[in-house]
Amino acid sequence: MNFSRKALIGIPYVWLLVLFLVPFLIVFKISLSDYAISIPPYTPTLDTTNGWWAGIRELWAGWDFENFVFLTQDDLYWKAYLSSLKIAVIATLLTLLVGFPIAYGMASAPPEWRTSLLMLVILPFWTSFLIRVYAWIGILSNEGFLNQFLMWTGITSEPLVILNTDWAVYIGIVYTYLPFMVLPIYSSLEKLDESLIEAALDLGCTRIGAFWSVTIHLAKPGVIAGSFLVFIPTLGEFVIPSLLGGSKTLMIGKVLWEEFFSNRDWPVAAAVAVILLMILIVPIVLFQQNQQKQREAAK
Amino acid sequence: MNNAQFAPWEDPAAKPLIEFKGVTKNYGTFTAIDNIDLKIYPREFFALLGPSGCGKTTLMRMLGGFETVTKGSITIDGEDMAGIPPNKRAVNMMFQSYALFPHLSVADNLAFGLKRSDMPKSEIQGRVEEMLRLVKLQKFAGRKPHQLSGGQKQRVALARALAKAPKLLLLDEPLGALDKKLRQETQFELMDIQEKTGTTFVIVTHDQEEAMTVASRIAVMDDGKLVQVDTPDRIYEAPNSVYVADFIGDVNIIEGGVSNVSGEAAELSWSEGKPAIKGVSGERIQKGSSGAFAIRPEKIAISRDKPVDVHNCVQGVVEDIAYLGNMSTYYVRLDNGSLIKAQTANSRRIARRGLTWEDSVWLSWTDTAGIILPT
Amino acid sequence: MRKLSWFNVVSLTFGFAFLYIPMVILVVYSFNESKLVTVWAGFSTKWYGELMQNEAFLDAAWVTLKVAVISSTIATVLGTMAAFVLVRSGRFFGRTLFSGMIYAPLVMPEVITGLSLLLLFIAIGMDRGVMTIVLAHGTFSMCYVSVVVSSRMATFDESLEEAAMDLGCTGWDAFKSVTLPIISPAVISGWLLAFTLSLDDLVIASFTAGPSATTLPIKIFSSVRLGVSPEINALSTIIIALVAIGVITASIASKRAIVRQRRDEQVAR
Repeated sequence: MNFSRKALIGIPYVWLLVLFLVPFLIVFKISLSDYAISIPPYTPTLDTTNGWWAGIRELWAGWDFENFVFLTQDDLYWKAYLSSLKIAVIATLLTLLVGFPIAYGMASAPPEWRTSLLMLVILPFWTSFLIRVYAWIGILSNEGFLNQFLMWTGITSEPLVILNTDWAVYIGIVYTYLPFMVLPIYSSLEKLDESLIEAALDLGCTRIGAFWSVTIHLAKPGVIAGSFLVFIPTLGEFVIPSLLGGSKTLMIGKVLWEEFFSNRDWPVAAAVAVILLMILIVPIVLFQQNQQKQREAAK
Repeated sequence: MNNAQFAPWEDPAAKPLIEFKGVTKNYGTFTAIDNIDLKIYPREFFALLGPSGCGKTTLMRMLGGFETVTKGSITIDGEDMAGIPPNKRAVNMMFQSYALFPHLSVADNLAFGLKRSDMPKSEIQGRVEEMLRLVKLQKFAGRKPHQLSGGQKQRVALARALAKAPKLLLLDEPLGALDKKLRQETQFELMDIQEKTGTTFVIVTHDQEEAMTVASRIAVMDDGKLVQVDTPDRIYEAPNSVYVADFIGDVNIIEGGVSNVSGEAAELSWSEGKPAIKGVSGERIQKGSSGAFAIRPEKIAISRDKPVDVHNCVQGVVEDIAYLGNMSTYYVRLDNGSLIKAQTANSRRIARRGLTWEDSVWLSWTDTAGIILPT
Repeated sequence: MRKLSWFNVVSLTFGFAFLYIPMVILVVYSFNESKLVTVWAGFSTKWYGELMQNEAFLDAAWVTLKVAVISSTIATVLGTMAAFVLVRSGRFFGRTLFSGMIYAPLVMPEVITGLSLLLLFIAIGMDRGVMTIVLAHGTFSMCYVSVVVSSRMATFDESLEEAAMDLGCTGWDAFKSVTLPIISPAVISGWLLAFTLSLDDLVIASFTAGPSATTLPIKIFSSVRLGVSPEINALSTIIIALVAIGVITASIASKRAIVRQRRDEQVAR
């Protein structure tokens, strides 16, 4: 019994230590290494040829943050961080703007429709992410369907340039992350008791007043959860900016990718990753706290 | 069931089936079971009774092998149970949630334990049918648990636990999930099955009526200790403490000082200037120490005039009357402020109609109606 | 009684149009005769034929399928174990670290997960190929599986296992014949989730794949970077169709099971 308990805990534990924690420590270590033209293209800071202890002491002495200093000096990087934050914030707000009415409409629909509507929202989520992003290339390009449509209706005479701009990135993010926003809002609105609205009306609220004071208030936990679920992965997004964005679209996931695959500067790529993670800690902790609060409120 | 012959606990030569010797169970610093000694005999229907958290479930789960013993030993049929896992014990358990396997049919649930015993395959089918007959569920063999009603589920759980013909059957609040009417019917069914199979039953319950109905003996527990182990009538008529008297049924408690003890009789002075109450002397009472007089409401007579030839009688005012149909309970306030319940059967249609609120009445009882207990 | 206002109707119509029109266009234009994706030139299935001739795509599809099946199976076994640890094991040394490692990959940006695993494989001198992608996918999918399974485990009545032991099962036998059949729907949906995550993954696969193994998303990505092609439309259509069939079948099956269960419970009363 005791042996099997140890095995049960031990196997997934060791697996995660080796394939999750250790790799992450390696990233951290390499972010403190120097660039070298070799394979692998860095000089390991921890040199254990003279034994572990000597190596660790040497590491301590040569502890060097020059990659991080480099990130602050080259304005490409901090601009990329800022622009990622900006894109993630705007995209989250846009997703909320598009997602809320859908969630509200679903929650207002007759109960027998709701399962089907829910499935319609989830279905695209199971479909390949890459394909869903790819679909927009054909729509947004200069001779794409959107421009064909706009020119056919006469709204514009010249094709709009959307593909390879930040706007295409926003559209791509809203489209692919919409289910993450709709589902939590729907699940908090679904619990909304119609009699609460009636009570608010009875107590002298107008329709719109009741909507603001009751519906919006009840939807708040869903809105917060949905916003984090969109914001957190968007910040490190790579596929959308590289397929839909232009050369001027700076997002940190793309910078990391290029630093790694094109420039082959692994220490800098690792430093970029470490900082991205540190930026992400704040929203992740806030999200966890919010979830915890919801769980406690539900008890 | 409670016939005069069946009383192995009074026979010093009888060999117990289960014996607890100085059993203690600690969870960290919390003591769930505190140094318990207890013998349970073959064919007994033994009830562990107590409020939730008193340790009765822990005690039973130790018999099943689901909890280890911190100190002391448990023997079943002379064999020390230390270190023997549940699957190696000739003990089966009926769980409070029934724990029917939802993915198996009724017949497969019943066969589950048999397939894991040394019973030859050819006999399993027959045994399953026998069990289905025992609990009158022959028509439901092919159903899944979710297709059964609460009472049917309860019977499947019972049959499954009995299928392996265990020496000892443990029942954890077996009727807790049933409604009141069904529960009463099932109690008799349970006693009937116990008698038919001759299995020793240990039942855990917090329902004192249920324990009184089914059990040959009851152990009343509090805070990890056994307070009293006795037959239902002795528990009711001769509780050994205020706790037991209060836990089982309805009781009036009058506190005071023990003024006299002589053999089976004792006296309690309870209010200045009033004669002492006479009652049966309980265990461990001493003259001069504090005590309490406990009397059941149905043993108190109520009358408008002072009864003659009765020593124990007190005067009071009717404060409230609860009409329960078959009986009425009068709440009488005494001069010293205490409230006494007196119950009378409404055997005559207009019986006691004369008494109403604010009437001055006399309460009286015989010298052996109540018991004086230590506090 | 709730009634849909015109506002609700409009927002639902626009919302679902937004979600589905891009995919409909993709599917329709996969049957386009012309090489130009945005100009309709008549119905044809020739791009499907060309796709079937494209060795590189077929190879990549085969690798992807292999990786997805193996990695999701590993993820399901490990994730189910981890779920047991999270729900059942109580306190043990390093529990906080353990649950942290289960939840962290769910919010970790893929670029970081991919980068860190690649650096590990290089550090220990492991050749990159199918094996490394399997390890990478197995690791992050096991976290998803354990979240799915542990939410089922949390409502599992432990006395069922005790009953099995009471009736003569050893611990392993009780798990095999009682626990596993009961939690199997959660385990299966965990496997399906791991499978689709693996099929879908581009970023982590790009980091951990070597020259010897290319997955379908990597292949699609590199060809899409050069622009829209009708072949990719055809491939997308096949994928969308497979997913739609799978999801709809699964949801109809589970809906039927619910209906059957409700009817049975009615019978019991």
